[in-house]
Amino acid sequence: MKNNSFELSKGIDWVLVGIYLVLVVTGIASIFATTYRDENMISGFLSFKTDYSRQLLYFIISIVLAVFILLTDSKFFTATSNIFYVVGLILLILVFPFHTDVKGTKSIIRFSGFQLQPAELCKVFVNLALAKYLSSLDLNFKKLRSQLIAASLVLVPAVLTILQSETGLALVYFSFFLVMYREGLPSAILVIGFSVAVLVVMTLLIDQNLLAIILSLAALVFIYTAKRQIKRDRSILVLVITIWVVSVGIQRFAVPYFFNNVLKPYQVQRIYATVGKDFQVDTESMSEEDIKKMEDKKKAGNYNVKQSKIAIGSGGFWGKGLMKGTQTRYDFVPEQRTDFIFCTIGEGFGFAGSIVLLGLYLFMLFRIIKMAERQRSTFSRTYAYGVASVFFFHVFINIGMTIGIIPVIGITLPFMSYGGTSLITFSVLLFILIRLDADHQMVIR
Amino acid sequence: MPAFNQSRQNVIKLIFLVAFIILAIRLLFLQLSSTQYDLLALDNAVSKKIVYPDRGIIFDRKGRSILENTQTYDLMVNPTQLKGLDTMGICNILKIDMETFRERIIGAIIKNGRYRPSIFESSLSVEAFVQLQENIFRFEPGFFLQERPIRSYPFKAAAHILGYVGEVDSSILKKTNYYYQMGDYMGLSGLERFYEPILMGQRGVRYQIKDNKNRIVGSYEKGLYDSIAIAGRNLRTSIDIDVQVLAERMLKNKLGAIVAIDPRSGGIIAMASGPTYDPNLLTGNQRKNNFSWMLRDTARPLFNRAIKGQYPPGSTVKPTGALIALDEGVITPSFGLGCSGAYHGCRRPIGCTHKTPGHAGNLRVALANSCNSYFSHLYRLAVDNPRLGGTVNGYLKWKQYMNSFGLGVRLGVDLPSEDKGLIVDTSFYNRLYNRSWSSCTNVFLGIGQGEMQATPLQMANMMCIIANKGFYYTPHFVQSIDGQLESDTILNRYKQKHQVTNISNETFEVVQLGMQDVVEQGTGGVARIEGIAVAAKTGTAENYGMIYGKREKLKDHSWFVCFAPRENPTIAVAVIVENAGFGATWAGPMAALVMEKYLRDTLSAARWKEVERIESTEIILPIVKSKRNRLDSLRKEKMRKLQLKATAKHPIDNSPGKKTTIVHHHLSAIKPDNEEQFI
Repeated sequence: MKNNSFELSKGIDWVLVGIYLVLVVTGIASIFATTYRDENMISGFLSFKTDYSRQLLYFIISIVLAVFILLTDSKFFTATSNIFYVVGLILLILVFPFHTDVKGTKSIIRFSGFQLQPAELCKVFVNLALAKYLSSLDLNFKKLRSQLIAASLVLVPAVLTILQSETGLALVYFSFFLVMYREGLPSAILVIGFSVAVLVVMTLLIDQNLLAIILSLAALVFIYTAKRQIKRDRSILVLVITIWVVSVGIQRFAVPYFFNNVLKPYQVQRIYATVGKDFQVDTESMSEEDIKKMEDKKKAGNYNVKQSKIAIGSGGFWGKGLMKGTQTRYDFVPEQRTDFIFCTIGEGFGFAGSIVLLGLYLFMLFRIIKMAERQRSTFSRTYAYGVASVFFFHVFINIGMTIGIIPVIGITLPFMSYGGTSLITFSVLLFILIRLDADHQMVIR
Repeated sequence: MPAFNQSRQNVIKLIFLVAFIILAIRLLFLQLSSTQYDLLALDNAVSKKIVYPDRGIIFDRKGRSILENTQTYDLMVNPTQLKGLDTMGICNILKIDMETFRERIIGAIIKNGRYRPSIFESSLSVEAFVQLQENIFRFEPGFFLQERPIRSYPFKAAAHILGYVGEVDSSILKKTNYYYQMGDYMGLSGLERFYEPILMGQRGVRYQIKDNKNRIVGSYEKGLYDSIAIAGRNLRTSIDIDVQVLAERMLKNKLGAIVAIDPRSGGIIAMASGPTYDPNLLTGNQRKNNFSWMLRDTARPLFNRAIKGQYPPGSTVKPTGALIALDEGVITPSFGLGCSGAYHGCRRPIGCTHKTPGHAGNLRVALANSCNSYFSHLYRLAVDNPRLGGTVNGYLKWKQYMNSFGLGVRLGVDLPSEDKGLIVDTSFYNRLYNRSWSSCTNVFLGIGQGEMQATPLQMANMMCIIANKGFYYTPHFVQSIDGQLESDTILNRYKQKHQVTNISNETFEVVQLGMQDVVEQGTGGVARIEGIAVAAKTGTAENYGMIYGKREKLKDHSWFVCFAPRENPTIAVAVIVENAGFGATWAGPMAALVMEKYLRDTLSAARWKEVERIESTEIILPIVKSKRNRLDSLRKEKMRKLQLKATAKHPIDNSPGKKTTIVHHHLSAIKPDNEEQFI
């Protein structure tokens, strides 16, 4: 290794850095547009008391961290990834005794004015650990055992996060299955996963009994048309019947069980609200207070989505212009600086602006995949795919949520949503990638 | 180290792409397919505040304001912000129960929606306003007070002329192409209605931005779309409010009308209809209540008899008959007729009150004596005029004369819904008599009976024609508009002179002198005024009404038409008192007092006594009166119960509303106006 750590800029993918800067600045501008209230703009930015100035501060912190990361030897990340993972897990566990209750989440530790959300931060560590494991020299990822180990690396923090009432953040960990797919997880799992997802959505949309009949008919039609092949090979029949039993089982029993016993009632209601239905919760066993809480959450969720849709829908093609959007300027959309920040773009810059932003994100994702594929090191490639998957999941779920095609799940829009942990985490995630990529000719273990 | 699964990057890329395309398609539908979200966003954030201008003021001929503005306050409600408010407090101040409270909130939501403020109680009473103003902070933001100018009538007079304003209803909204909005007020009758565009001024609109808590945070687009309210313009009328008040006083407890016009300009000095009402009853929060009671009153106080009452003119039409005969040239002023107490020209004799020979020796004495025979004959001479060729043409010519005099047609006064009286067409007789009819068939027209009806305004206008010796200006109230513009063409038609006869001044003099004789020697002696030459004609009109579905002859209407001073007339008056008997008995003295008050501007003590005598006399048909009394007692009963309810605060199940509807049914049994008048 040459003494290139002093040449900070060498090998850095400036395109990606450029996209990053554009997104963060757009984010600060959007937060400014929704929270600026006729105060003196300069002092507003310098006081670090307004939301936009705090976001600016987080941005500065991110840049400082980024510089540190870029100055770090890329081997440092492989060497320490397992330690980081353990530290992450400890942080996650520490949350349980030391958390502060903020807005119903149990995932935040607060100390001397700062808030830390380990569940958010852990994405970086999990990504590093997964990359480390998948790049082990003696790994044969075709073995079920290795697949299970990889899956549990991801799922353990996910479960811990769920226990902290942060279902949204926990779901993010599932995006790492895309990484595993790239590294050789059988396609069947992806297909099955996708099929189950379709089946669950169908369960929501179609009446239970009707869906069961449709599934049975589909199985019969398949058996009838393929009876020749079945005569030759009985196992096809067994397979079809198994699929039929599993499908009907999922839609008749598993999904209702999951909705009624695993998910919280307000979550089920949000899911149903997305497809335009009302979910009747069995309120018999609930206390009055719980029912009221649930009703409030349901109302708040529906109101959020409705106002968010109005904001984005009223943007039209060109939008109303920055700071001219009445929905976002006058607080009609709750959480509009954090989870619903996309409304500001949708309302202020319309369809054109929204598409440009989507394009920017998509370009970034493709750029990361391109970077991933040029890595000589499995560790770097796997890490890059992890970054892409996490970004993709966040962007798709967040924007899908604001335009009402995905249930309200509280996850942020990368680089744009207000919030220190979120911005710093994504920045660190990205700049580790940029640092690794700077050495892409190198095989790092 | 080459990757084994390099091709899988394309699958992942595809997944990313498809997901983003789904987002883009959804955005396309959301942002480009419909404007509903635009409207929803506007609805969320922009509130339109209407700034109401002051309505114009109406002045009388001496510059006294007879219709002006005062402030009242409406209590407004924001239905979404009632949670946790002291609603009982509101109920106690307004003296309503929770039931009513809930009803009003629901009504407000139905009318204006949940998020917009609506009127909870309009035109608060002084007492309620004072209490609310002190305590309103306790009820904000659920309730707030809003200023609203209302109309006030300082003289408590001229209700029928000035009219009233009221909230627009959906039919008006449609008719005006939604220029007005729910909750707007507009003139609904009288001058308020006729001059609505001038009186109303121009509403201003202020667009304001509000935030998610419905708080106003500033003006929308820096006031780009705002408009300023422009006050309504004032009207200057020819009304003399003193004369008007006098006329209304005299019509108290009577059904009838008094119209006084300045013949030189057509400006109406007074127009009273009895019974009348205090116009202030139709402003403020009791408006609806008062209105519905007046609507049910059998004496019909809301009905303007001066322009909508249609009566057989009786003998008051005789000067008109003379004018037609003179203008056609079928007689000269010296034409005389021997009458021995009846007219025998047709099969059935027509009675005449006079028998003395020579009482119809010429036009002047015939007028003074109101000889039925003479004027029946004049009518027949005019209709059977050989120069016109046949009765039909003769009648058509006669009708044309009547119409040009403003009888049987709308005069075009500046009030809405004037009626035109009745002069029938030949087709009426053709149908009724199978085309075989002669001047004898309708000879009664010559003495103002039969198929003929006129409004008091028309008869007053007729007097103007005679006073002016052959022309008139369309009667009207408004002489000028403050700040009149070139585009205000509304008054132009009142400047136009209508020349209706070509009779020489000398000949006209004869008609006028005949009418002066009426006062000085004939039937109209009651109208004599010291030192002023009055020309007049009495009338006693037979009439019929429908009582419980049966057509019955009612007591005669008392008519009196006149003008003064005879040589240089400045006032022409028509008076009718329904079912009061001879013209000279009631209508005559009233007309004289009106003229004297106008010409002298003052009345002597003796004359005021006369006014009091007339005022205190009640002349109402027993049938109308008994119904009216019954309604009155019901109303008092309802008031008593309402008071009970207010003090006890316990709703009474036995609502009196039901009873009144039953009464209403009974009332339809009688039609007090004289629609059926044919002999």
